[in-house]
Amino acid sequence: MARLQLNGITKVYGDFKAADNVSLDIADGEFLVLLGPSGCGKTTTLRIVAGFIEPTSGSVRLGERDITALPPWKRNAGLVFQSYALFPHMSVAENVAFGLEMRKVPKAEMAPKITEALRLVRLDHLADRLPRQLSGGQQQRVALARALVFRPDVLLLDEPLSNLDAKLRLDVRVEIRELQRKLGLTTVMVTHDQEEALTMADRLVVMSEGRIRQIGSQQDLYERPAEKFVADFVGRSTFIDGRMDGPGRFVSAGGLAVACEGAATGAASLALRPERLALTAAAMPALDNSFPGAVEFISYLGSQVDLHVRLSPKDRVIVQIQNRPEQPLPVIGEQVHIGWSRSTGRVFPS
Amino acid sequence: MALGTAAGMSLAYILLPMFFVIWLAFFAQEIPSFPPEGYSLKWFRAVPGNDRFVSGFVLSLQVALVATAIGLAVGIPAALCLVRTRFPGREAVNNLLLLPLIVPGIVLGIALYVFYVEAELATGWPLLGSLGGLVAGHVLLAIPWTVRLVTASLTGMDRAVEEAAQSLGADRLTTFRRITLPAILPGIVAATLFGFIASFGNLEMSLFLVGPGRTTLPIAILQYLEWKIDPTIAAVSVLQILFIGAVMLLTDRFVNIGRVV
Repeated sequence: MARLQLNGITKVYGDFKAADNVSLDIADGEFLVLLGPSGCGKTTTLRIVAGFIEPTSGSVRLGERDITALPPWKRNAGLVFQSYALFPHMSVAENVAFGLEMRKVPKAEMAPKITEALRLVRLDHLADRLPRQLSGGQQQRVALARALVFRPDVLLLDEPLSNLDAKLRLDVRVEIRELQRKLGLTTVMVTHDQEEALTMADRLVVMSEGRIRQIGSQQDLYERPAEKFVADFVGRSTFIDGRMDGPGRFVSAGGLAVACEGAATGAASLALRPERLALTAAAMPALDNSFPGAVEFISYLGSQVDLHVRLSPKDRVIVQIQNRPEQPLPVIGEQVHIGWSRSTGRVFPS
Repeated sequence: MALGTAAGMSLAYILLPMFFVIWLAFFAQEIPSFPPEGYSLKWFRAVPGNDRFVSGFVLSLQVALVATAIGLAVGIPAALCLVRTRFPGREAVNNLLLLPLIVPGIVLGIALYVFYVEAELATGWPLLGSLGGLVAGHVLLAIPWTVRLVTASLTGMDRAVEEAAQSLGADRLTTFRRITLPAILPGIVAATLFGFIASFGNLEMSLFLVGPGRTTLPIAILQYLEWKIDPTIAAVSVLQILFIGAVMLLTDRFVNIGRVV
């Protein structure tokens, strides 16, 4: 295992920057997730680490080695693909053996290693099967065993769960994470699924348009998003457009005067997390902000309920409330009050 | 049910001529007529004694083997290039490589003949009627099959599988040998088979390319027909059908042809 460092990685295709000055320092044994919408540069970054794309500028260091110019087969990185990419003409055991064979491990030493790797993913009983005889989840685990068996310096996961069905995905998430911890693997995973990212990562990197938008823990990204894109992409936010009218005072396009934090002036967006807003029948003078509004739409999600509440002709927010038997749900058209504290809303210049 | 009937009729339509050829080969009388006067194996016995058929078979076999091999050597890299790289005019090159399938064999033959005449006049090399000239023509028959079939199997292949091999420590050559080649092998085998059959059975183009004393089997059959219409021809055809059938069966033992073509 080793530390992985990316230094000012840039990849340019014509006049399109697929990766724009990406720098990352991933500690030995850390699980880092690159998160972003498709085309944000996360896959490009991963493929540069794997050696399939040569960066236009910048360098990649793995442990003590500068691997920027090395071909993929000399990098000692374990890769797991979205499509699993198992060798269709080889048995499960032969698939797992491939990395060892390439490293010229003597035959006698190979067998116990293969058995151990397959045992790690609980597939030792299927060693003689062909990939097409396995389910998607099993294939995924073979791919994982194949990438782990030769003790790679870094494990790279490219959307490893997106081809699995929803239920299985939850199990495999936990499985991968536990395995990674147990083996102390430095891991980089790419995903567009924020829930997956939040549950698995030690640290997250939010990317868009080839650039890193924010690096931090789950709490950092959720509680203190650095920019509007992050507030929108990680978790849920409703945005109210308007401007900062003075320190701590935001006025929406619909004329709501909102108490908030921040001293900047000019056009701005106010981001509100639906689950941080309070819903009451009467006005709440104790809160910094309290506005009357009418319920316009209700999404019943089971454990939670989303209410879309109109606060002014131009401003509508989503409020998420817990679905409790003792609290009757409002109906469409009902007048309610929505309140939140000064620190709940986050203001981003727009 | 209706589908089954239609399939049965199509099959009968395809097999009927073959049935008559095979039947005819066993007729006893020299001038084929119905009903047969009796049955005999003498026409089959006559074939090995006929030098033109034997040497024709040997030449056809040699030419088909060499032309197919060269066709593969040219066609596989071409298919790799066409599938794996993007360059201007790619589609045009792709179509160009399939052209020999579309151009009538006789046109191909005349074109090559005229070209050889001009080339021989210009360079003094004895191209006309040479073995090399004949093989070169037959390579043209094998290339489209190789390109088409290998392209098809490459297109169906997940690139990530090769990348996985590289990430596991296999360099490009090893990846090709251990991963790519097994994946496209059915396509290559099918291409070999079809290239071989196209070359072995070719008549129209070969007519323009053979030289004195150098006759392929289909030409030997044609020449024989100019003099006689006895069941020897049918016997030769049966042997040829058996030979091609054996080649196909043998291939099918290694690769399931039905899966690729």
